[in-house]
Amino acid sequence: MDALSEAFRLIITLDEDLFEILWLSIRVSLSALTIAAVIGLPLGTYLAITRFPGRKFCILLLNVLMGMPPVVVGLMVYLLLSRAGPLGWMGLLYSPTAMIIAQAVLITPIIAALSNQVIESLHQEYSDTFYSMGVTGGRAVAAYLVDARYALTTCILAGFGRAIAEVGAVIIVGGNIDHLTRVMTTAIALETSKGNLTLALSLGAVLLALSLLVNALVIGVREYAQKRQYA
Amino acid sequence: MKYLITCVALAFSAHALADTIIVQSTTSTQNSGLYDYLLPMLKEDTGVRVNVVAVGTGQAIKNAMRCDGDLLLVHSQPAEEAFVADGYGAYRRDLMYNDYVIIGPEADPANLAGASNVTEAMQQIKQSGAKFASRGDDSGTHKKERSLWQAAAIDSDAGSGQWYLETGSGMGATLNTGVSLSAYVLTDRATWIKFANKQDAIILFEGNPALFNQYGVTPVNADKCPNVNREAAEIVTQWLASDIGQSAIGAYQVDGEPLFFPNAN
Repeated sequence: MDALSEAFRLIITLDEDLFEILWLSIRVSLSALTIAAVIGLPLGTYLAITRFPGRKFCILLLNVLMGMPPVVVGLMVYLLLSRAGPLGWMGLLYSPTAMIIAQAVLITPIIAALSNQVIESLHQEYSDTFYSMGVTGGRAVAAYLVDARYALTTCILAGFGRAIAEVGAVIIVGGNIDHLTRVMTTAIALETSKGNLTLALSLGAVLLALSLLVNALVIGVREYAQKRQYA
Repeated sequence: MKYLITCVALAFSAHALADTIIVQSTTSTQNSGLYDYLLPMLKEDTGVRVNVVAVGTGQAIKNAMRCDGDLLLVHSQPAEEAFVADGYGAYRRDLMYNDYVIIGPEADPANLAGASNVTEAMQQIKQSGAKFASRGDDSGTHKKERSLWQAAAIDSDAGSGQWYLETGSGMGATLNTGVSLSAYVLTDRATWIKFANKQDAIILFEGNPALFNQYGVTPVNADKCPNVNREAAEIVTQWLASDIGQSAIGAYQVDGEPLFFPNAN
């Protein structure tokens, strides 16, 4: 209860630090989500509608990667971006960019695997029509994505949920640096380690409220668009 | 595409080079609130912005060895001296000190309050059958704790998972675990004073010379890591060791208690 009232107080007093951290969380996770969607949606669709040897294996691989622990992704991206690593010359470690890369790596398989499921069931329905109309390749991928857009919002929300909630990857590649790479989850971890459990919990409540807002927004837009379509 | 990547990278590194350094740090200096207090002053005096990555001493040193930092601020003198000897650090300076304390449940089943020295205290913990929560993460505090078990001729690893609990986490997380389990914990005094989830735990053993805790500052060697911001790291080191920096460190208090005592050499 203390945590909830503390969360409420932080929000209504427009606590400057809180909003800075919150904004970085949103920025990082939405950027990662955009990258992941641009790669994951066409990839999942392509794997659903084409047939080639090794396709089943690719889908299996995506499903396995869905269960990748964030801390492992963080470690891999850290080794890549570290000054001693292959991309060290770019100087990206401990920056929001590094956090975006890590989260994009984490959620691309989720979006690809889930959208693969969605499109696969659609494909059974559409394949004959598309075949007779000669719609193939990139045009077919685009057509499926447009037609399945409402069902795909759930895939995208799942990706966003995973990104905004994870702490393992961003704390390694971002370093939880104050005013630079501190996001909601790493702030919660820090406050917990300071023993400020009430504050930590209230930050959790704020994060949950943010998630609620994003989900409500996306679902609201979807409902509205669907209604207009059939009106 | 390659051109674009180079541009982006340049934009980022130019921003990073200007007047910003990364400090690979121990957790206690962050958890105790020292950086929140000290860094704004440092920024005002020197213009250098310090980005702190707070991990355990062991991990901080490893990160710095990969050139992912300009300055090392940790508390394990032998490890820091090895870091310099191996060429990773330019030099090492003492910065400040405080001490370790052993905290535990107020009931004090191991009667630490009656121990006359730290070796006796460690033996009493083992004999009482009480639990002990260890960092288990190769941090400065963990290294110190292991040396205390060794001095007391106790093989703590043999009791791992039974009475000796290695959390593998930071100081704060280990305190959370220890306090919840009514276990004894070796902690630096600064983190303990600032720690907000004490419940019924109190300091039960303190004030022994063996519990001295020295913090040092070590600029990363530019010969080994050409990317380091040598000038800014030097400015920050000088400021921390200067009269202004030292008196600022000494003036930092929580609940009326100083947390760190300046002793730069």
